[in-house]
Amino acid sequence: MTIYKTITVAAAFCLVSLMLSGQNRTELQASVGRGKIVYEQTCLACHQIDGSGVPNLTPPLIKTSFVLGDKGRLIDIVLKGLKGVEIDGESFDNPMPSFASLNDKQVADVLTYIRNSFSNKASGVRAEEVGRARKGK
Amino acid sequence: MKKQWIILLGLATAVLLAFNYTPKEGDLKLPTGFKAKVFAENLGGVRHLAITPQGNVYVKLAKLNNGSGIVLLQDLNKDGKAEKRSSFGNYPGTGMFVKENYLYASSDEEIFRYELDAHGIVTNASQPQRIVTGLINRKQHASKSIVLDNGGNVYVNIGAYSNACQEKDRTNGSKGMSPCPILDSAAGIWQFNASKLNQTYADGKRYATGLRNVVGLDWNKENNQLFVMQHGRDQLFQLYPELYDAKQSAELPAETMYAVKQGDDCGWPYVYYDPFQKKKILAPEYGGDGKKEGGEKAIDPVVFFPGHMAPNGLLFYTGTIFPERYRNGAFIAFHGSWNRAHEKQKGYFVAFVPFKNGRPSGGWEIFADNFAGTDDIQSPAQALHRPCGLAQGPDGALYVSDDVKGTIYKITYTGK
Repeated sequence: MTIYKTITVAAAFCLVSLMLSGQNRTELQASVGRGKIVYEQTCLACHQIDGSGVPNLTPPLIKTSFVLGDKGRLIDIVLKGLKGVEIDGESFDNPMPSFASLNDKQVADVLTYIRNSFSNKASGVRAEEVGRARKGK
Repeated sequence: MKKQWIILLGLATAVLLAFNYTPKEGDLKLPTGFKAKVFAENLGGVRHLAITPQGNVYVKLAKLNNGSGIVLLQDLNKDGKAEKRSSFGNYPGTGMFVKENYLYASSDEEIFRYELDAHGIVTNASQPQRIVTGLINRKQHASKSIVLDNGGNVYVNIGAYSNACQEKDRTNGSKGMSPCPILDSAAGIWQFNASKLNQTYADGKRYATGLRNVVGLDWNKENNQLFVMQHGRDQLFQLYPELYDAKQSAELPAETMYAVKQGDDCGWPYVYYDPFQKKKILAPEYGGDGKKEGGEKAIDPVVFFPGHMAPNGLLFYTGTIFPERYRNGAFIAFHGSWNRAHEKQKGYFVAFVPFKNGRPSGGWEIFADNFAGTDDIQSPAQALHRPCGLAQGPDGALYVSDDVKGTIYKITYTGK
């Protein structure tokens, strides 16, 4: 293999991954856009317009380990609700009901939105991941 | 690029200013002639407070600070600021009340009392008498506010561990439980003997029911009656979008003041009070449609306020330094709303209602404003301070606590 060949292969690899990430980026942005609408209808009343939550009542969504960490745990919270759990050393009095009535895509979109809003930056959530969690896999 | 740097620099300055913010005298907006001083600050989340005849200020903390949940503040040189602090009480909570030579305090499950000596100092700081034990605490609406009458009784709020007594709490479309089982042990005011030790539910009496959650309550000495401020239910739109829109949900129901007699029912969870129709409306969880009335046996409020403002403190003013129209009137500390999306949040002030002979004699007005530091509050975390407790000093000054940073404001009247 000549040096030129190596460079060509490497360049092609870079180009393809750039294209793929560009495509992923567009997909992420679209999901964020759809998720914002779900957030405003379903989550905003308690978690607030800026994701800051309500002190002592409703957890904030800004850079907490629950939002930025394990996606499985986050998906489960939306599907099953949450009550009496301490989040990064703070406790919150109001329970969160289950939002299992949202479909897989809506759950994925809204979680992708919160993981990429309120100064959060984390990977998106895909509908298939929500589907697997719903089936308990 | 340059523009971005300028914006960044501006933001950094704003953040620095916000962190360095300390409340200044005059930060509060008050009627002409009134002045506010910062009596103490940085105490942590202060809930209710109580003042002895000697002027010692006892405050209850929502969270322990170095293992203590009560702070004693003393202004020994009488300059209007507390220069001496001491702490005790190894439990967090809300309730704090002084009656004769006792200081009463509550955790979210129990009521304690401490003996006060001739100087207004507790004598048994580490060994209080336990008056009541075993009150229900299921996190939601767990705070136990307390007040005493002149007959040796203590009244305690036991809030509903629910929003609207739905089968599934705060869940879209879930029906209301009928009858609501929560009413047996919560969602009301219980009366206990103020000097008997170790009382449980069996020793007490359900004095009033149908109150979702009360944080502010006081005993009116003019007509010898209990008055309470109810936190109205949340989320009509989120739970019943086919019946209510977001704007209606932001304004419904009213926050309500009740004059309570033994045995009264204030209607929760079956009805809520609509401030526009001025009626008790059947809750959607119990077949209501926003128009059907209900609660024939429930009492009406004596004053009602805009929705969701969260009244956390109530005090009947019996001092003489404030002008005549304030005497025997009610001050109400509104903690401020979270549940008014997509409207601006509301509250974050102390209101006043004039009273004559134990009945309201006029409408409500804002008395002290600008605790939040801004008029434009989109979410409660933006508020710099949130009023919570109220107390009257022996000199007739009004003290207001803040549970964000733990500032105690002392409001006096100078006439200037």
